[in-house]
Amino acid sequence: MNRVRLYQVGVIGGFVLLLEALCVGGVIDKITMPPPHRIAIDFVKLFLSARLWPEIAKSMGNVVLSFVLAYVAGIAIGTLLHAHRVARDTLDPLFATYYAIPVFAFYPLFIVMFGLGDGPQVLIGFLLAIVAVIVTTLNGLDRVPEVLRKTARIARLGPLQTAIKVTLPFCAPYLLTAAKLALAYAFIGVIGSEFIMARNGMGYEIGYAYTNFDNATMYPLILLILLLSILMNSGLSHWEKLLLARRGLR
Amino acid sequence: MSSPHVTLRGVSKRFPASAGGNAVHALGPVDLEIRKGEFFAIVGPSGCGKSTLLELIAGLTSASEGSVDFEGKPIANEIPDGVGVVFQEDACFPWLSVRDNVAFGLRNIVADDAEKSHRVGAAIAMMGLTDFTTSYPSQLSGGMRQRVCIARTLVAQPRLILLDEPFGALDQQTRLLMGDEVLRLWRETGATVFLITHALDEAAMLADRIAVMSARPGKVIDLVETNWPRERDSRIVEHPNFGAVTSRLWKALRDESMKTMGRMSSSP
Repeated sequence: MNRVRLYQVGVIGGFVLLLEALCVGGVIDKITMPPPHRIAIDFVKLFLSARLWPEIAKSMGNVVLSFVLAYVAGIAIGTLLHAHRVARDTLDPLFATYYAIPVFAFYPLFIVMFGLGDGPQVLIGFLLAIVAVIVTTLNGLDRVPEVLRKTARIARLGPLQTAIKVTLPFCAPYLLTAAKLALAYAFIGVIGSEFIMARNGMGYEIGYAYTNFDNATMYPLILLILLLSILMNSGLSHWEKLLLARRGLR
Repeated sequence: MSSPHVTLRGVSKRFPASAGGNAVHALGPVDLEIRKGEFFAIVGPSGCGKSTLLELIAGLTSASEGSVDFEGKPIANEIPDGVGVVFQEDACFPWLSVRDNVAFGLRNIVADDAEKSHRVGAAIAMMGLTDFTTSYPSQLSGGMRQRVCIARTLVAQPRLILLDEPFGALDQQTRLLMGDEVLRLWRETGATVFLITHALDEAAMLADRIAVMSARPGKVIDLVETNWPRERDSRIVEHPNFGAVTSRLWKALRDESMKTMGRMSSSP
């Protein structure tokens, strides 16, 4: 284990120990938050009981669907916009201010349009994630050296082949950053919208447990979301490191 | 005398005004004939349109006036078959190994895998990169990366090789050695080579004929025949006429370079 990893484990471990001490010492009361060791026990029990597996599967399915749709569409739109200067200049102000728009406010409209099923939740996750992918893709494409585009032309590649074989592979590190952002936004969109208006899913279960003072369900679910998010992001970060190392950039 | 391989007649290039700038007359009119199988070099002051001229021949851009013909056919903003280009900048694809970088030159040219593998192996061997086949560009020196780019050009067996200051980013010793490599490849492939360089000694060492260009808009102001034997290498610098060739190039170029410097110092 290298020194940085040791520090990372130390920081997280120290934080957990601090929380444990505050909870056991009564600084944080038991109704507000159980001590971390209790959350860990409840987490294992909840997982073994399989009671919430359908909720977890439903939420994760929607997160993955939002992510994949936003990622694929975001890269395609980013690539098209990069090739059409006027369209890009037209949409740039929207991208710059997009995250000031509270997408959740449109939830009632989405319900009217798509019904009470998973559609509105997936749509919110998608809408939150897609612009981050478009902007990061554009950012990466801006950095493709002109000489690589010329090399593609000399090899007689068409626009689509150039994108697939040259420009998008060049910006792979940017596309991985886009994936990390999209995943985070998909999580926020889907779980957040389940809080507001859904009859199932992890967000709904957390909200329901909160209303009923059911800490034995609420905190393990929060911990699960945290772990899943960290796990997926760590996987992408690891991949990013390998990619950058191969290019001599790390 | 060999037949013309590339012919430029009255070629000019003007770039339209960009935001906040003026229109630029970058090149021409240029009239030039490059013979089949010769090593032809262009020298000229910075910004005289040397690279624009290369891009016109490569089909990467089109002429505002005049015509460019390759093997008797007009080049009209389309990459002609049989032309390969080596750029000054590092054009290696950082995500591909040496083998895959070289094989990229065969994309859309050779479909047969065995033929592809044979040609890639031969090009890699020709450039002395056999021990680095599976290496990535980040693991290679600048000179080796440029050899990868040359191998990628050679693998397509071009009849016309365009070199845009290919040794510009290399140190002097590597430049001399790479010059020897290029001369060897020129003899072995029989291709026509068109070299752009700002180094007069490099042009004098490598080329059969050298065109000297004026300051912008670049025109050919002198055409120097070196009369070197085909079998030559960097030791040609010891030839009694070498000094006379570089001296003539500099005489033609000095005033033009001064004009460029004057333009640079008077520009805001």
